[in-house]
Amino acid sequence: MADTAALNGINGLREIRRSPASHLTAAMEAGSVEGTVTLKEGPFQTMVGLRVDPRSEEGARVAALAGGLPARCGEVGGADGVSVLWLGPSEFLVVAPEEAHDSLGGDLIGSLGAALGGAPGQVVDLSANRTTFELSGTRARAVLEKGCSLDLHRRSFPPGTALSTEVGNIPLVLEKTGEESFRLFPRASFADFLGRWLLDAMREYASPEVP
Amino acid sequence: MLLISCPNCGSRDETEFHYGGQAHVPYPENPAALDDRQWAQFLFYRDNTKGAFAERWLHSTGCRQWFNMLRDTVTYEIQAVYPMGGGRPDRAAPAPESGTASTAPDSTTTGTAAPDVSGTGTGSASTTAPEGATE
Ligand SMILES: [Zn+2]
Repeated sequence: MADTAALNGINGLREIRRSPASHLTAAMEAGSVEGTVTLKEGPFQTMVGLRVDPRSEEGARVAALAGGLPARCGEVGGADGVSVLWLGPSEFLVVAPEEAHDSLGGDLIGSLGAALGGAPGQVVDLSANRTTFELSGTRARAVLEKGCSLDLHRRSFPPGTALSTEVGNIPLVLEKTGEESFRLFPRASFADFLGRWLLDAMREYASPEVP
Repeated sequence: MLLISCPNCGSRDETEFHYGGQAHVPYPENPAALDDRQWAQFLFYRDNTKGAFAERWLHSTGCRQWFNMLRDTVTYEIQAVYPMGGGRPDRAAPAPESGTASTAPDSTTTGTAAPDVSGTGTGSASTTAPEGATE
């Protein structure tokens, strides 16, 4: 969780905002095995729930603004630090840096709403809905495979893709950001459970490998 | 555990889905005209088929879209996955049905092959999602 003290939210509330897994910060530091598997909670982000028919005119307007909508399951759209995750044929999750939020000087939500206009669809601020876990290292995939039934091999889950699924029985969006790095987007109320579940799954890699 | 081929997302575990009961139960044209017995029939009475059964499924943990599925209630074999609003792929066009429900060529898939998710047989049969969802 980055301390972005320079930012001032509405009524100064930004200063007292706490991320859903902030109480696990020390545990995640202690449980990480440098070079093998590391876990941390990512910084706050601006997230926007987007519903629009991508084949429509308004869909094209929104796509142009967001940097492209993903066409099918697994694809990630967006550009310039903004990711657009595919949740359904006409439902997307826009993930952008915190500063993009309208209350912090950005205009992401307002401009998406303006692009949609009065057309059928919705643009909803979901920035507090989910938190972000960043899992990386040579064993990151092995940790996820303990609780995810998808094929996470790169042949079917290459970097730059994202899937809605379950990890440790928690529904979330799993994004592969690099060869050995993942972002997990669980809803805030699941952050504690998932954080502890991941730490438990990581624990074996702190011990020397039994030959 | 069933492996269900979502029309949008491809093969996923059964736990990602929710069951929606029998498919092709039409809402009454004029509900107010029904008597209590007929209304109860519509609400609560469903077939208890042994064999191929058309049912509704929701991919609740994935794309959150509904679709229809033809599943054998004895063997659990998934014979077809097709869009809501479409007709049963194992029945010829409208419904001249009488015992000999022939299985359409595109819906005879075995456990190892992915079902034709297009429902019409004209789309691609790959496990990745074809464009155009069931809405
Ligand atoms: Zn799906």
